[in-house]
Amino acid sequence: MSESIAAPARIALVGNPNCGKTALFNALTGSRQKVGNYPGVTVERKEGSFVTPGGHRVQVLDLPGTYSLRARSPDEAVTRDAVLGRLAGETPPDLLVCVADATNLRLVLRLVLELKQVGRPVMLALNMFDIASHRGISIDTEMLSRELGVPVVTAIAVRRGGTADLLDRIDRIANGESLPTAAATWREPTRSEIAAAHREVERIIGVSVRPPARPDTWTARIDQILLHPVSGIAVLLAILFLMFQAVFTWAGPATDLIGGGFDALSALLAASLPEGMLRSLLTDGLISGIGSVLVFLPQIMILFFFIILLEDLGYMPRAAFLMDRIMGYAGLHGRAFIPLLSSFACAIPGIMAARVIDGRRDRLVTILIAPLMTCSARIPVYTLLISAFVPREQVGGIVNLQGLVMFGLYAAGIVSAFTVAFVLRRLFWRGEADHFIMELPSYKLPDPKNVLMGVLQRARLFLRRAGTIILSMMLLIWFLSSVPGAPVDATEPAINYSFAGMIGHAIQPLLAPIGFTWEIAVVLIVGVAAREVAVAGLGTVYAVAAGPETTGLLTDMLAAHWSLGTALAMLAWYVFAPQCVSTLAVTRRETNSWRWPVVQFTYMLTLAYIAAFITYRIAGAFGG
Amino acid sequence: MYRREYTEITSQDVAVAPVTLGKGTKGMRGTVIRVGAAEGDPHCEIGAELERRLMEIGFVEGASVEIIHEGFIRRDPIAVKLDDMRVALRRRDAEAILVRVAPSNGGSAI
Repeated sequence: MSESIAAPARIALVGNPNCGKTALFNALTGSRQKVGNYPGVTVERKEGSFVTPGGHRVQVLDLPGTYSLRARSPDEAVTRDAVLGRLAGETPPDLLVCVADATNLRLVLRLVLELKQVGRPVMLALNMFDIASHRGISIDTEMLSRELGVPVVTAIAVRRGGTADLLDRIDRIANGESLPTAAATWREPTRSEIAAAHREVERIIGVSVRPPARPDTWTARIDQILLHPVSGIAVLLAILFLMFQAVFTWAGPATDLIGGGFDALSALLAASLPEGMLRSLLTDGLISGIGSVLVFLPQIMILFFFIILLEDLGYMPRAAFLMDRIMGYAGLHGRAFIPLLSSFACAIPGIMAARVIDGRRDRLVTILIAPLMTCSARIPVYTLLISAFVPREQVGGIVNLQGLVMFGLYAAGIVSAFTVAFVLRRLFWRGEADHFIMELPSYKLPDPKNVLMGVLQRARLFLRRAGTIILSMMLLIWFLSSVPGAPVDATEPAINYSFAGMIGHAIQPLLAPIGFTWEIAVVLIVGVAAREVAVAGLGTVYAVAAGPETTGLLTDMLAAHWSLGTALAMLAWYVFAPQCVSTLAVTRRETNSWRWPVVQFTYMLTLAYIAAFITYRIAGAFGG
Repeated sequence: MYRREYTEITSQDVAVAPVTLGKGTKGMRGTVIRVGAAEGDPHCEIGAELERRLMEIGFVEGASVEIIHEGFIRRDPIAVKLDDMRVALRRRDAEAILVRVAPSNGGSAI
């Protein structure tokens, strides 16, 4: 049986993790890419298109990496269903291009044997062929092709013109070259079939591949340091330190520029428009809404720059290896390390990054606890309250008390995250540990272009996903805090007469036991949109003029209005409170169910209330 | 567990007594002789899922293994050189892999 491909052809890239599939996808499609989601599942769908030298238009789908069509994670299920042509809303591919790391063929050849059973034409692309040649691995592609029964091409995704062989073959197929296609007989292989496939691969490698004359010794040498119990941990901590420094200091100027720019724009608009609802909507609602999304962009881009760089280097599985046991005490998977790390910048990319965890339970626990990591949006609130209430004293002559409190708040977040993970595991998923089995790929020098493309792609995704949610919430909050307007003879700030003010008064009795005034209740309402909005909210309710000196004035105002107990309770509240609708919305997206955001919201709110209550009472007992 | 069954035999045989990969120490080298529980072995309740995942990543009968790194807490997880690749796994999962230890190797069973 044979068939030829009619234009426009649809090809799907399949391969093991770390085979350079994404680099090949980038090399083929350049910037003509579309990133979205498969309908109904939260797996990222990457599609692009290109025109071959022969003038054929080709659409290419980049499928999640897998070792087998027997799917375990949602990602792998998408790959299986896509190659089988069972994926709803997806046209079945005309050609499966299996991408291989030419230096590491064993597992991908077994995948090729599986792919041959799905009843579609299959082609094998030996990527990183230059590295293989450099190491003296000699691959007889003719023999390999004959033994596998599929065409074999070579590719060097990171080099200009490195896809010529692949494109040429696609042209020949598009021009009518027929490919042998077996009948569709795929089903999940049994234990003995997997073993038999491995033996077959062993035989094929034996006749077509000569082992490396100059094997990769660098990976082993680097691992001597990076996986070493002492130096490995030291390097990991150094990398984390550098990342934190970068996220919080390099991003500073860009963040200030964006924040300042939007303030200026808002001021400009305020000066040129007449006083009224429209002006308020544009400046306080729309512009500050867009601004509050964009200020996070520099931090998120820097964070993803590091994460993608470390991923491309091949370091991430090593970090998971080093952290697995520590994380394991809390019932977490080693791979949860990266999502939780990202959550220090913002829980949204953290929750999105939890996709790398293939066990469903491990992934859910990680998503649920990610918002407990101190995200950068809490920093303005922490800074304000600490500078208003914590004296600038030295403890023991060396440690700054304010810094100590800040550190304590970070530590409280981490400890509570691990405790919650531990409890969730004990309560709901007792004893059902997922497995930790992970390939440690060879180290590779990252390709700058691929890193850049990855960072830009993440930035676009963040803007689209978080941006739309934050912006719409900001507009809603604007509405609640501006409507109805203040009466003519108003004696209090306008917000006190609005819906937000009414709700604040209504819920105040609930918050009285934790020392919160009705003004704080109003702030909590506006702060639901995003945590840092609370600072601006406090400014509004205490009728402090907005401007660069706001923080200073607000500090004095709070110190005069609040007791120490209230301030400390507010800090405790902010460690736990689910004060971020975007996080809940992303949890909803990523888990594809309302159940988990509800669980997340409920447990965080409960913890926040308990923590604030205890803090307020203890402070009260000490005369706060 | 396996070692105990074989220790009463001659010292030559001890060197080649099969152990599970999960009990090996750094430097242990050998060949995989079985993945998953033997038929009717009441000691090991190893799921079919774990067995197939191990096989998919290359732990099959005849594969050569060497423990090259150990974690810093309780020497867990372990990094294993598996043929020409490297794989990290927890000792608990590595219990499912029975290895014939190569004679004259640096490491041994715990």
